[in-house]
Amino acid sequence: MRFGMMAEENTSGGMTGYIKHHLTHLTVNQGHGVFWSIHLDSVIFKLGISVFFVILFAMAARRATSGVPGKFQAAVELLVEFVDGMVKDTFHGNSKFIAPLAITTFCLVFLENFMDMLPVDALPAAGKIFGVEHLRVVATADINTTVGMALGVFLLLWYVGIKHKGVVLFFKEWFTAPFHAHGIWAVLLAPINLLLRLIEEGVRPLSLSLRLFGNMYAGELIFLLIACFTLDAALSHVSTYVLGGAQFIAGFIWTAFHILIITLQAFIFMTLTIVYASMAAERH
Amino acid sequence: MDIAVTLVIQGLVFFGVAWLVMKFMWPHIIAAIEARQKKIAEGLAAASKSEKDLDEAQARSKEIIREARDRAAQIVDQASKRSNEIVDEAKGTAAGEAQRLVAQAHDEVARETTRAREGLAKEVGKLAVEGASRLLQREIDPKTHAELLDRLAAEVARG
Repeated sequence: MRFGMMAEENTSGGMTGYIKHHLTHLTVNQGHGVFWSIHLDSVIFKLGISVFFVILFAMAARRATSGVPGKFQAAVELLVEFVDGMVKDTFHGNSKFIAPLAITTFCLVFLENFMDMLPVDALPAAGKIFGVEHLRVVATADINTTVGMALGVFLLLWYVGIKHKGVVLFFKEWFTAPFHAHGIWAVLLAPINLLLRLIEEGVRPLSLSLRLFGNMYAGELIFLLIACFTLDAALSHVSTYVLGGAQFIAGFIWTAFHILIITLQAFIFMTLTIVYASMAAERH
Repeated sequence: MDIAVTLVIQGLVFFGVAWLVMKFMWPHIIAAIEARQKKIAEGLAAASKSEKDLDEAQARSKEIIREARDRAAQIVDQASKRSNEIVDEAKGTAAGEAQRLVAQAHDEVARETTRAREGLAKEVGKLAVEGASRLLQREIDPKTHAELLDRLAAEVARG
């Protein structure tokens, strides 16, 4: 195991070095090649956030009362009611786990995105004290995380589809939908249907993962660029104070705006999961 | 790489946004939560109140039914008492009437007896006078012997 690979990049210094440093994961190599390198920071933060979420909601569930709810319970209930209503409106299959899954998806993506709200240098600087050279705290700004989640959704869609239609109809629809036909036309249209289906199957996880990753990565990058206003600044220099003010204003605006982005991205991820599941459950 | 100033400003930004959220977003979230709490509290209060009302209404209906039953029993009692009274009264009246009739009949009988006796006595007197006149072959003036005849009749009547 080697912590903090690619140390040679730090030597370049300046803006490029700063940004590159921040975009480098804490990586361990478990074998040869890129595939076997594990982004330890993404894994740790995702796990930590998941545990935090589970403890939080388990507490809410444990303390739940059928009487007048406390503030926390009321907040959880509002969220659950909202998502459950959305699932009822959108998903017409008979799977009971879609709503809990949607809530979990939303909360996890939101909490992971929320790490972006913390000062972009805070945790990496803290990590440096403990000898951790690289640290990226936003798990959703790592394409491995988002692709992993999207693959989970992909498997879920297959499960929902097979559960609602049976294996035979599920695979038959690969050749008979969206273009229905009879006789010779059915045979002729089968490859086209299959091609469309394959594209669809590929596009869904791709769009889910790339959208989330792109938004979070770009957001993080902008935080890094804003941080560059006062990079390597000397307190004795007048420009530091001007640029410092500029950094504060820009950072303030972008952080405030980012509240919307992280919520919206989590919401979109959840909504699309529900919509895809609903489509998978439908017979064509 | 010195990022001290950068990090301080980032911290300021973080607390600035936290203030923004606290000032402008948090009140809305808390308001929604409190509205929900209030709605649930009101619903529960209404439910328990209606339950209490139902209990009260049931207790009152039981009370009313009990009262009505008591009243009915009372009325039945009264009615049977009254009917007994009426029967008793009727019995009394009938007995009195019967006694009165019997007494009247007795009087009547006594009067008739007296009258019959008086009539008989007069007749006896007349017969006696007639018999005597036949014996004496002469008329006896009933007027002159009225006193005698009357005494005779009284004697017969008494006997």
